Amino acid sequence: MNARDQNTDAVTPVVISSRADAVAAPDEVPSPSASPARTAPAAGVSRFHESARAQVAGAATYIDDIPEVRGTLHAAPVCSPVAHGRLKGLDASAALALPGVRGFVSALDIPGDTTLAAFAHDEPVFAQDTVQFLGQVGGLILADDVMTARRAARLVKWHIEALDPVLSVHEAHALESYVLPPVHVNRGNAKAALKRADHRLEGSFEVGGQEHFYLEGQVAYVMPLEQNQWWVYTSTQHPGEVQHWVSHALGLQNHVVTVECRRMGGGFGGKETQAGHLAVWAAIAANKLQCPVKLRLDRDDDFMITGKRHPFAYHYRVGFDHTGLLSGLELEMLANCGFSADLSGPVADRAIFHADNAYFLEDVAISSYRCKTNTQSHTAFRGFGGPQGVIVIERILSDIARTLGLDPLDVRLRNLYGIETRHTTHYQMKVEDNILDPLMTQLALTSGYRERREQIAAWNAKSPVIKKGISLTPVKFGISFTATLFNQAGALVHVYTDGSVQVNHGGTEMGQGLNTKVAAIVADELGVPFERVLSTAADTSKVPNASATAASSGTDLNGRAAQFAARNVRDNLAAFVSGLDGCGAGAVRFEGGQVITPTTTRQFEDVVSAAYANRIQLWSDGFYRTPKIHYDKTTLTGRPFYYFAYGAAVSEVAIDTLTGESRVLKVDILHDVGRSINPAIDIGQIEGGFVQGMGWLTTEQLVWNGKGLLQTHAPSTYKIPATGDIPEHFKIDLWPEANREDNVHGSKAVGEPPFMLAISVFEALRDAVAQAGGNPEAMNAPATAEEVLRAVMG
Amino acid sequence: MKLEKTTRPLTFLRRGQPVTVGNVPPDRTLLEVLREDLHCTGTKEGCGEGDCGACTVVIGEAVDGKLTYKAVNSCIKLAHSVEGMAVFTAEDLASDTGEQHPSQEAMVQCHGSQCGFCTPGFVMSLFGMYQNTGGGQDITREQAQADLSGNLCRCTGYRPILDAAQQMGSLPLPPGCEVNEAATLAALKSIRPRSQASDTYLRPATLPALLQARAAHPRAQVVAGCTDVGLWVTKLHKRFDQVLDVTAARELRRVETYPHHLAIGAAVTLTDAFAALVSEYPPLKTFAQRFAGLPVRNAGTLGGNVANGSPIGDAMPLLIALGANVVLMRWDKKRQQVAHRELRLEDLYTGYRTNVMKADELLCWIKVPRAGKASSAAPGQELLRVYKISKRFDDDISAACLAIRMTVANGVVKEVSIGAGGVAATPVRARQTEAALLGQPWTADTVMAATAALRAEFQPISDMRASAHYRQTVLGNLLQRYWLESQGLQRINLESLTASDLEAVA
Repeated sequence: MNARDQNTDAVTPVVISSRADAVAAPDEVPSPSASPARTAPAAGVSRFHESARAQVAGAATYIDDIPEVRGTLHAAPVCSPVAHGRLKGLDASAALALPGVRGFVSALDIPGDTTLAAFAHDEPVFAQDTVQFLGQVGGLILADDVMTARRAARLVKWHIEALDPVLSVHEAHALESYVLPPVHVNRGNAKAALKRADHRLEGSFEVGGQEHFYLEGQVAYVMPLEQNQWWVYTSTQHPGEVQHWVSHALGLQNHVVTVECRRMGGGFGGKETQAGHLAVWAAIAANKLQCPVKLRLDRDDDFMITGKRHPFAYHYRVGFDHTGLLSGLELEMLANCGFSADLSGPVADRAIFHADNAYFLEDVAISSYRCKTNTQSHTAFRGFGGPQGVIVIERILSDIARTLGLDPLDVRLRNLYGIETRHTTHYQMKVEDNILDPLMTQLALTSGYRERREQIAAWNAKSPVIKKGISLTPVKFGISFTATLFNQAGALVHVYTDGSVQVNHGGTEMGQGLNTKVAAIVADELGVPFERVLSTAADTSKVPNASATAASSGTDLNGRAAQFAARNVRDNLAAFVSGLDGCGAGAVRFEGGQVITPTTTRQFEDVVSAAYANRIQLWSDGFYRTPKIHYDKTTLTGRPFYYFAYGAAVSEVAIDTLTGESRVLKVDILHDVGRSINPAIDIGQIEGGFVQGMGWLTTEQLVWNGKGLLQTHAPSTYKIPATGDIPEHFKIDLWPEANREDNVHGSKAVGEPPFMLAISVFEALRDAVAQAGGNPEAMNAPATAEEVLRAVMG
Repeated sequence: MKLEKTTRPLTFLRRGQPVTVGNVPPDRTLLEVLREDLHCTGTKEGCGEGDCGACTVVIGEAVDGKLTYKAVNSCIKLAHSVEGMAVFTAEDLASDTGEQHPSQEAMVQCHGSQCGFCTPGFVMSLFGMYQNTGGGQDITREQAQADLSGNLCRCTGYRPILDAAQQMGSLPLPPGCEVNEAATLAALKSIRPRSQASDTYLRPATLPALLQARAAHPRAQVVAGCTDVGLWVTKLHKRFDQVLDVTAARELRRVETYPHHLAIGAAVTLTDAFAALVSEYPPLKTFAQRFAGLPVRNAGTLGGNVANGSPIGDAMPLLIALGANVVLMRWDKKRQQVAHRELRLEDLYTGYRTNVMKADELLCWIKVPRAGKASSAAPGQELLRVYKISKRFDDDISAACLAIRMTVANGVVKEVSIGAGGVAATPVRARQTEAALLGQPWTADTVMAATAALRAEFQPISDMRASAHYRQTVLGNLLQRYWLESQGLQRINLESLTASDLEAVA
């Protein structure tokens, strides 16, 4: 065991900050000419993203940038114009008559299974027999160029006998229209606890969905190769699943399909399953027409076809005493899943797992309904149901504090998980690494939360139109795939005879810096400079059966697997050198590009070439599976998570009581990434996740009309945060403690947890509404100007 | 006799060298030419409608012997509109030896790219700012936020990108990264203007030639900045056999200042038009920044916005409140001269996206009264405000827009004009509300009555931007806001306020 990986050594006392003056801090990389000594460790340093220089030059290749093979046809989806109906047929004759159009494919052209190889096996590849949402794909038009294909796709006639669509989650629930059976999780006796509580609150509210709005839209480029083999370029978080789905649809064995993804232009969960659909569609077309096919969705089609974050509706009853201590919670969650199960089961499960967020729920009864509606099939999105769980309890605690006239922070602190007692979750997992109290207390101090809360009240008393609000909310996010089997990863490390290193792993790069972190881990394991390690494209022919890059686990899993692969090579080299110098292999050190024994110091590349000449293996695989985790899928009990990531945020906002417009004024975040492998990348994840969460809860409103048409289908109508929406005061600090579990380099996962810190913005807005004399309990998310004004007016 | 239309080769400059592309249809976009014809895939398509900025390129143009730089969206820019100009993409900025331009280097150093897909667009917006601020000097955070509002990033949360904007000016400009202005200007001159008569893409250089072309080709699609028509191509899949582009007509590229009014030519970009309006009416500064994103303002024209006549176009409520007129022109064949007529802007519209213009007419000028010169210059206090309500402050379309200009003397409303958007099928003048105010004492009671009138005057629709109820409510509340501002209440409009601005209030 490498000393770096033991969780006992040293809490780094430095708090690393995002402020601009930290950009050139000594531990950062000011410029390539002044990069840190090539002998320094690669991890722990704010290295630039491995592709940054290519990205700024327009030289980083995305799927649509790959030079097209001669004969490539371009595809466009044929989308259903109604939300629900019996499908009588599709008539493509007008489309096929258009010059440049080469073909039409539909369900009739699928050589393998006409149902996608998704978990629930409930989703047709192309619509057949029924149409289940407006935008559902019934086939593809193939043409010489993409605009011709898109024009022609709109000429395809749908013959549909319309049926009434189910569009609201409440309607679905009333009809017991579910994609999966309901799940109930109980602990203690919620009813009895509610009965004996001093105070009770009851409420209902709704939280909207969210479009991923990855800047690179969904795209797949499929090429038939010799002997019925296939090459698939796709922008996916899960190449292994794309391989599985494509071979399943083509009726072939997995091994004839290779899927490659060098990078995505953003994923956020939207390319976990959704990318697979495109690859399957394109493959069916490529199979029928026997030529390469590229399918790149227009942004509007991408909105219309692909799933979003699940919208949720809630009803709750909660009891509490005069100090705000919870006494009983009954919670009903309705997840709007859309027309098929997709990942809705685990998403809704995670909402249950995170309905506690940071708080001990002694007596609790949660019912989760996975409602089937005639809309896009909602899917993974950063947080994966976690945000939809966390927002409930944060809302409840704020409302309790308002009811009792207490500071919401005190009510939150009062209900936190304990260390020795009150430390077991409602799904029977003991919280062993709890840092919530010190973390929240420190943030309250450094942000001046309590003074500012008083100042804001005084300020509001004198401000007739603008009212401010403030809120501090924490996050405790469980790290691991809840489906235990996915918590495994593989990697390959190749050392070439010149001492250069290539690493390949099962993870995918979507901008989160996974490849940068993994390269640093491998560099340190081999003691070579960061620049000697090259990360290569995710490729199912290199590392098979890899899990999705999701659940924030990319570095935990793949970083560790790559570390083990590098360690195997290092062990081979150490054994070789120890033989030369007559020392124990344990006495050989690898650092600074050198291999050092008690007697001799050699250059790494010299050792490598000598080892090669002595027929020593210079490459290896590595495999990792997360320890300790287990859980019972039927009762949702056990230890689904290896550890928790923690954080807290203070947000201050202002609202205009005449219009409902709002602004985020100040944000302070203290977040726990364990010992950071790359502080700049981690801070980037925290800031980016926070702003994305802010968008979910403020401006990003999805609007379906009464016919099931998604009316917000492009950036002109769907508004993600822009430059002007972020506060000037936006300060991120990192909690200075290593992961208490044995995780790679003492780090913690960071992709999703910060997303939920944006709930502080929503709670601050509700605080402002309350301070304006409005009714914060009336406010749903997202808090658009219209929604805020509605709440202000009570 | 119908002339056989031909499509001339298209020539523009890249890295100082002319690039010529043949057989480019008149409705092909610049992004398609870059990515598909020239195989330069550094510029990305994010949305195909000019709202995300991933496709941003910088256009260099010779204006009065100087090179000007404008970041524009290549996805909705027709390729032929850059004939004879210089086009810069993210691939063009590094030196021949690979050293990166400060706009790129700053993005790297500040960790401004994650997934990297929006990055070339941001780099080009930064490059445009760099060139327009004497090497990126003194770019404030406020300016960076305003000028980058048309570029969306889904990964970073923008802080590192704003840092990059502020820091690029302090980075050295590596040799080979500078734009050689003299050589570029000379090269631009060497691109010969092509002959026009039978072309599929007409871009006449003078007003008479433009009007003659309009008369001769009544079926040609008229475009200016193409920031709306571009979407007809990319989203509605419309095709145009022939395009008539007004933006080269040199007379219409000017803002002319007269004693009582500004005359803004129909080819003046929104950026330049609003600069002129803001210098005349400083309170419009924030509103001007909220009108779309910079790449759209740099391409789109005020004339196009007005001629297009969208009920949610933001210029019209303002122009109605300012008492602007429009000048329509045509070529009078008999007299062989330009003929014109002038009308009030609100009288241009007859219904949803319909107007009074004849087939041979073009909207050529917008005449805006100067501050305090609207009428007989009634003595008194003039207050102009324009309020925009949208889901997002920047780069969004109004759910409702209200522009109010009023002169109060001796406590009585002497003059008032109110324009409203988002509440009817066309941009409209709130005549009943004006009637409720004119001649009345400027008091809370009058405002109350006018608020009721304003809410009753229009029957807005419910759509994805807002409900009818909200639109009606907020319209009245905006009049309340105007009243409060007229009473000296400061900084009650969140659109431009930061935390520190608000500390001071109350």
